[in-house]
Amino acid sequence: MTKTFSRPLGRGLAVVAAALWLSFPALADVGQIKVATGQVFVDRKGQSLPGRVGLVLEADDVLRTGADGSVGITMRDNSLLSAGPNSILSLERFEFDATTGDGRFDARLQRGTLAVTSGRIAKKSPQAMTVRTPSAVLGVRGTEFVVAVDD
Amino acid sequence: MTRLARWIAILVAVLVAGCAGPKETIVLLPSPAGQETAVTVTQGTRQVVLAQPYAGARLSRSSAEAFPSNAQEVQVRYGSALAAQPLPPARFTLFFVEGKDEFTDESKLIVDSVFAEIAKRPIPDVIVIGHTDSVGNDAANDVLSRQRAEVVRAAFAARGLAADKVVTVGRGKRELAVPTGDGVAEPRNRRVEILVR
Repeated sequence: MTKTFSRPLGRGLAVVAAALWLSFPALADVGQIKVATGQVFVDRKGQSLPGRVGLVLEADDVLRTGADGSVGITMRDNSLLSAGPNSILSLERFEFDATTGDGRFDARLQRGTLAVTSGRIAKKSPQAMTVRTPSAVLGVRGTEFVVAVDD
Repeated sequence: MTRLARWIAILVAVLVAGCAGPKETIVLLPSPAGQETAVTVTQGTRQVVLAQPYAGARLSRSSAEAFPSNAQEVQVRYGSALAAQPLPPARFTLFFVEGKDEFTDESKLIVDSVFAEIAKRPIPDVIVIGHTDSVGNDAANDVLSRQRAEVVRAAFAARGLAADKVVTVGRGKRELAVPTGDGVAEPRNRRVEILVR
């Protein structure tokens, strides 16, 4: 009895899992650096890459700017994020289905200053985008705003 | 003894400063007219909602308070971050002949403006989003809308825009530009949106 139930269920779950995976195919291309001045680095998988204009970003990337640095990025859902000097900004999670507009975007400002213009993910669902700071969670409802975290 | 007291005082001051933790500030900016806009700031059980332009919140580890900011303060504090904001995407729309993947003659002129915009941007990337009217089912419209986007990609490639700079998306009849009932042949819905970013 268990077998006859579990097999179709297992297959059903596999199909659902495949559908979910297919709907978020662009995990390795979440956005791109469009503006960079001064010192900008991108920490990725234990390496530190120069944060040049044109660099394609991945989920989990951490952007860092030096005392003279600033960086601006455009995400796949048209969110625009830009950080001023001495900033650390992590792209913790980014998932986006371009057909439906569904997705999830969590960023974290550990230090420095950040300007945000939200994109389609926040427009589709007001719970789907957050910016975290060391002490708070910012919920974004279709918005432009700025954040500063002092040492 | 006085020296010890002084050291203790310094130690206490350092500890108190340490406990205060980082200071954080959030300010909501004005957004284009008519758009609903708000940021909720949640810190444990405390919550501050910023819903007016230049409404601000100041946080330390143990407190959250609302305060009014203004354009001048924002410019002083966040000028560098704001100056690094990428240009917002420029939007263009091309229209299609009914049931086909050919664009209308008027739309051919718009292609020139698209290329002018691409030339203006240092690292352009282009998103091409196909749409249909509400005639036909979702499956057929998803395919048709994607085909329309691919036609645009091919036309752009023929004019020298590398295919890897272009992402195509088919949104079928999910986002009608002109709301209609189902099964309505509406030319203004048979379109492709182009975002130059």
